Amino acid sequence: MAFAYFPHTEDDIRQMLDRIGVESLEDLYSDVPQDVIYREEYDLPDAMSEHEVRQYFEALADQNTSLFCLCGLGAYDHYSPAVIPHIISRSEFLTAYTPYQPEVSQGTLRYIFEYQSMITELTGMDCTNASMYDGATAAAEAMMMAMAATKKKTRVLLSEGLLPQVVKVVKTYAKFKGIGVTMIPCLDGVTSYGSLLTELAVGDVAGVLVPGINKYGIIEDFTGFADAVHAQKGLFIVYSDPSSLAVIKTPADWGADIACGDSQTLGIPLSYGGPYVGFLACTKDHVRKLPGRIVGATKDVNGKRAYVLTLQAREQHIRREKATSNICSNQSLMALYVTVYMSLMGPKGLREVNELCYGGAHYLHDRLLETGLFEKAFDKPFLKEFTLKTRLPAQKIQDALQLIGVFGAVEVEPGLVNFCVTEKVSKESVDAIVGYLAEEVAL
Amino acid sequence: MKYYDKLIFDLSKEGRQGYSLPVNKWESTVSELPAGLLRADVPALPQVSELDVVRHYTNLSQMNFGVDSGFYPLGSCTMKYNPKINEEIAANPVFAGLHPLQPAETVQGALRLYKDLAAALSAITGMAEFTLDPFAGAHGELTGLMVIRQYHIARGDLKRTKIIVPDSAHGTNPASAAVCGLDIVQVKSNAMGLVDVEDLKPLLDDTIAGIMMTNPNTLGLFEKDIKEIAALVHACGGLLYYDGANMNPLMGVVRPGDMGFDVLHLNLHKTFSTPHGGGGPGSGPVGVAAHLASHLPVPKVMEAEDGTLYIADGTCRCASSPEGSGAFGPACSCAPECKCGCQACGQISGFMGNFGVLLRAYTYILMLGKQNIKKVGPLAVLGANYIKESLKDVYKLPIPTVCKHEFVFDGLADQSTGVTTLDVAKRLLDYGFHAPTIYFPLLFHQSIMIEPTETESKETLDEFIEVMRKLAREALESPEYFKEAPHNTPVGRLDETTAARQPILRYKDLV
Repeated sequence: MAFAYFPHTEDDIRQMLDRIGVESLEDLYSDVPQDVIYREEYDLPDAMSEHEVRQYFEALADQNTSLFCLCGLGAYDHYSPAVIPHIISRSEFLTAYTPYQPEVSQGTLRYIFEYQSMITELTGMDCTNASMYDGATAAAEAMMMAMAATKKKTRVLLSEGLLPQVVKVVKTYAKFKGIGVTMIPCLDGVTSYGSLLTELAVGDVAGVLVPGINKYGIIEDFTGFADAVHAQKGLFIVYSDPSSLAVIKTPADWGADIACGDSQTLGIPLSYGGPYVGFLACTKDHVRKLPGRIVGATKDVNGKRAYVLTLQAREQHIRREKATSNICSNQSLMALYVTVYMSLMGPKGLREVNELCYGGAHYLHDRLLETGLFEKAFDKPFLKEFTLKTRLPAQKIQDALQLIGVFGAVEVEPGLVNFCVTEKVSKESVDAIVGYLAEEVAL
Repeated sequence: MKYYDKLIFDLSKEGRQGYSLPVNKWESTVSELPAGLLRADVPALPQVSELDVVRHYTNLSQMNFGVDSGFYPLGSCTMKYNPKINEEIAANPVFAGLHPLQPAETVQGALRLYKDLAAALSAITGMAEFTLDPFAGAHGELTGLMVIRQYHIARGDLKRTKIIVPDSAHGTNPASAAVCGLDIVQVKSNAMGLVDVEDLKPLLDDTIAGIMMTNPNTLGLFEKDIKEIAALVHACGGLLYYDGANMNPLMGVVRPGDMGFDVLHLNLHKTFSTPHGGGGPGSGPVGVAAHLASHLPVPKVMEAEDGTLYIADGTCRCASSPEGSGAFGPACSCAPECKCGCQACGQISGFMGNFGVLLRAYTYILMLGKQNIKKVGPLAVLGANYIKESLKDVYKLPIPTVCKHEFVFDGLADQSTGVTTLDVAKRLLDYGFHAPTIYFPLLFHQSIMIEPTETESKETLDEFIEVMRKLAREALESPEYFKEAPHNTPVGRLDETTAARQPILRYKDLV
């Protein structure tokens, strides 16, 4: 009868019912129409002990295959320092509610302020909110911000170079809000400036969303983009990998009004796609259109430095039907995750991670070309992931890699495959994998 | 709790590091990139040692209140105990190492979790099918409304652009509807705090997409006319949306599907014990009746006839559609038993939701099992009514009926000294309790919304009751001291006005 999560004894229940003045627990549902009360047995497993639950999940884990990761495309196998899970599992962080009572939430508020400080450092933007669900939804919110900021315009432009999942999510939000979406094609692997100008000339563009590093892994050059977009009074939005911004030009450098992206690259495990954490940052002109929570510094009545959720007039629970976003939570614990990561890495560690990725990716790239199984798809700069043209069916290469426990060569487009290298990949493993492909996979 | 005044930036010293990385043996370096692509400056991130980081965040954590620290009587938020086994299961290195684009045959265990958790949620709620992709409650609301709109659009019923929302609704309801492109029509509550059926009737016509209901509602009251409301809304061609933020009192007692709801979202971080994490990550699965299942978002996990699981990504593969053509298009011949997801409302998350949160929720369900699930709602409701009955002489109880998991006081019974609901909330912090939800719902001026949950013992509730009664006395005896609360927390009341007027949102602007 008793259960670990329910502290009630029979006597407790009796006394409580007496205070309320009813006979039984059923009487507490006397206001519920009796015909909607469910009296059957639930179609669920029998209660398990902790030990049995562990065994259940170990068996479930065994139904998966752990693979050595050479795949990017929106989820990256970076190293996660041991300190982080230790800190985020502190129950004062883990089991806390949203910091609406700042007097007993200074821990949460303080790390969000630090998170905001670090994200603005990396992106070069003036302000950011306390985080978003993931990169794709952050991009959708960026689009909504652009619509709200430019009022009468009815469409946005998206680069074909954005990750497909980002495009799909933005299009879903756009479809229901009645926002038009026009795709800007890629030319030789990068967002076509000419096509952008053509579409801008057509007019009615609230915002333009482009990837800092695109789905081919290419680092894009946005020279002239922001001026062209601003000339048509639209907002320029750059989707970035925040880890890369330690070394490559920031959204602010490119003249972006809004920056967004997924911070999974800041040490968050792959975890089959979530939880990750999105970021959304902007110039100070747009801070009052920024959705979600924002933490600001202030003082308490005694003059002590303290932090608080601020600019709440922007938020959905105040604006209700006038809201341009419905987000009310952030991805708080994951924001702490990346904040601790950035603290540990610092500017030099993040640079070194990029150096390791860059060196490894270029080595793998060149070695793969030597096998004769691949040829260059583009001759463009890349950081940690890249795309090659295959001379074999992509599936054949992916399957061959899988036989030796490697996940890579995922098809981006027909005949084009993705590879990605992080700091977890050693020269020895690259040599072994490429050697295997060269020997075992024939044209 | 002790006050600690530093930011991680304050500990920074040029040359310190908190990381350990492999020696770089590669030949290529980032400096080979075209100069025009390189960042010119160095981001001013902190430079600290590992112990600096550990101590700093440990110090920060000690200024925080969590469920493990004490009782949260927080209405509408269901702050129940977060079992520790959940965390261990979610930390399993096999699950943590799976790339979301891995081939289905290498992630059958992960996909099985989606299927099994969805089936368990169906059993608990009476809904036919679930998507586990939404990241949070509000995200689930938006997804559910997209499903409703997609259903009408797929039937060619394009004029259904209005959604009815009660005046007692959570703020996210109208916000989600607005983001989904719906126009909001408000329906009033009657004197008993329930949706006024007579006020509802004239609103129902062929422009109504549906109604969003919270049941029990935000006053903690069961909408006893729900079946009549369902019949009326269905008769006009609309659908019923159930805001599952308040599912906890019904868990194990009533299934929303049996009340006539077509779509609902659940908050796994409320009802299913996954931690709030200071505001996320949560999870907001959406369940639907069978006739809406094909409109759930993609990617979705499907089961082949041989029992293997695969992911339908929305690319239409049916006979009438050319291979690979399928954007989320108009009805094709594979509806409604679509296996490819082409009838979906779209894609709403980058991959398939917060997988780690799903692991925790299913752990909780397995621990409870069919036996204990039936006790969740009744014990939660027992606690709420117990507190209500124990305090109603000193706090104003506007609606004196049996409540469900929560109830609302309209401030102190004796407000003659000017002590407000905000003051009560702040003074409670001094006594080691978190504050209740305050000034919501908007139906009363001094709302105090209290929800205990089934994991709190009678002793904890008795302590809380005793303190609340003490506060009622203090409010009369020493109102000035009371209004300056809290006194025992790391910081006192904050200057929120200046924070909003002259926002300081990052370290750079603070120093």
